[in-house]
Amino acid sequence: MTLLSASIQRCGYGPVNVLSNVNVVVDAGEAVVVLGANGAGKTTLLRALSGMIPFTGKINFGGVARSKVAPDAMVRAGMAHVPQGRGTITNLTVEENLRVGAYTRRDGDVAADIERWYEMFPRLGERRTQQAGSMSGGEQQMLAIARAFMSRPSLVLLDEPSLGLAPLVTREVFDRVAELVRTTGTAVLVVEQNANLALQFVGRGYVLESGEIVTAGTASELQADTSIREAYLGGPAEATS
Amino acid sequence: MSAFFQYCVIGLSNGAVYAMVAMSLVIIYRATGLLNFAQGETSLIATFVVWEAHERGVPLPLGLLIGMVAGFLLGALLQRVAVQPAGDPATAPLQLVIVTIGLLLVLNNAAGLIWGNESNVFDPMFGPSSFSIGGVTIGAQQIGTVAVLFAEALALVAVFRFTKIGLAMRSVASNAESSGLSGIPVSRILVISWGIAGGIGAIAGTFAAPNLGMDATLFLKILVLSFAAMTIGGFDSLLGAIVGGLVVGLITDVLPRYVDWLKEMPLAPAVLLILAVLLVRPQGLFGSQQVRRV
Repeated sequence: MTLLSASIQRCGYGPVNVLSNVNVVVDAGEAVVVLGANGAGKTTLLRALSGMIPFTGKINFGGVARSKVAPDAMVRAGMAHVPQGRGTITNLTVEENLRVGAYTRRDGDVAADIERWYEMFPRLGERRTQQAGSMSGGEQQMLAIARAFMSRPSLVLLDEPSLGLAPLVTREVFDRVAELVRTTGTAVLVVEQNANLALQFVGRGYVLESGEIVTAGTASELQADTSIREAYLGGPAEATS
Repeated sequence: MSAFFQYCVIGLSNGAVYAMVAMSLVIIYRATGLLNFAQGETSLIATFVVWEAHERGVPLPLGLLIGMVAGFLLGALLQRVAVQPAGDPATAPLQLVIVTIGLLLVLNNAAGLIWGNESNVFDPMFGPSSFSIGGVTIGAQQIGTVAVLFAEALALVAVFRFTKIGLAMRSVASNAESSGLSGIPVSRILVISWGIAGGIGAIAGTFAAPNLGMDATLFLKILVLSFAAMTIGGFDSLLGAIVGGLVVGLITDVLPRYVDWLKEMPLAPAVLLILAVLLVRPQGLFGSQQVRRV
């Protein structure tokens, strides 16, 4: 079942256009990656989808077609966005960050949900009353993911979770996200430069170059594609991972 | 010696008013990263509403509530129609400060137009009674002013700490982008923050006006001293605003009684104190190190 179907004709910052005719589809419960180099437009794509910047085109999410989106409306519709750099609300405690994640919820299960996240990420539980900004990068990434899932979304947008993290920590983050996709049925759209790693965890992927989708396919197709191997998988042309 | 303590009592009760205005400035600074020059005049109009209600026979405490509602609506309206469309404080801080200075003038003129420019009597809410301890006379109004300051501060802390809207306000102050991505309606939170600041402006005016007279100049001097209080306290701390306000009240009321040349320029000690604090501890006494939002 299609969860997100976005067709973005143009999107950018003032006179600078970044994305042209980008079409992305995500089905319910699947994990999809958008690969691309620095400046390809990956972050811009996620920002357009969650309503942080305006675009021309159409986004159909959860059965509702929209040509204009606002971040808080998208959260209410079931989309959560972990921004690049993790978006930690630094002056709030870990627990308050999680409560902010549940801001749109009206049910009474928020406290129980927070406890479940402490079980999943014990480090967060140990630091629940600590200022979130004082945690390590990996811990803040876990917190960002937990905060996004606190809204009980059907789709999580994940902007370069590997940024600034040690390889081992990055792998753990991806392991946890894959586990969440499996256990909660939440779909994930992740953008990454680290193609090698990301393709092990997703079913499908898109390759974004200079604001256009140049290739799309299953993870194994992309791994086998020689031009992608050269550009993103540490092939002979360039090593990026 | 009892004269000295007498001046301290006066200084503390005046300082409580500066602290109240400084708290409203801090609320707006934390929410929008903006120094709101129009805060005094927003408070002025809210205070005129209190006075007007009282003139029409409404008891002062109820009049104060009406003034707080009026101040809330005015603050919220200013943010929504004048400040928010003028740009993002992160990218256009100067433009926005100019907007608030413009609002200062417009609101001040509007108050003069509606209520005239003569000075009116504003009754003290806690009455004219007083008692004396060891030769120091303390008015019920003076005690009341300080008590109301602390009650107001406790109420604000309770809102910030224990309510969902308070959590949202602190979240937006810390990271507006992430707050929006978590579903917090950021612009509505900013409007509410300005509303709260406007609402508590009525309290400051209600306790300043009995001393200074109810007229359109009421908040001009208070605003300068409240900026001083805010700077000393550290821009983004409510506790700092309170301590800063009381310190500024003490200094500007006590020092000029003993230092002759200060009688002609009573604001000078406050300015010197600001300079000293900024030199020694730029983040103020209670401010967080990183004052600008990033």
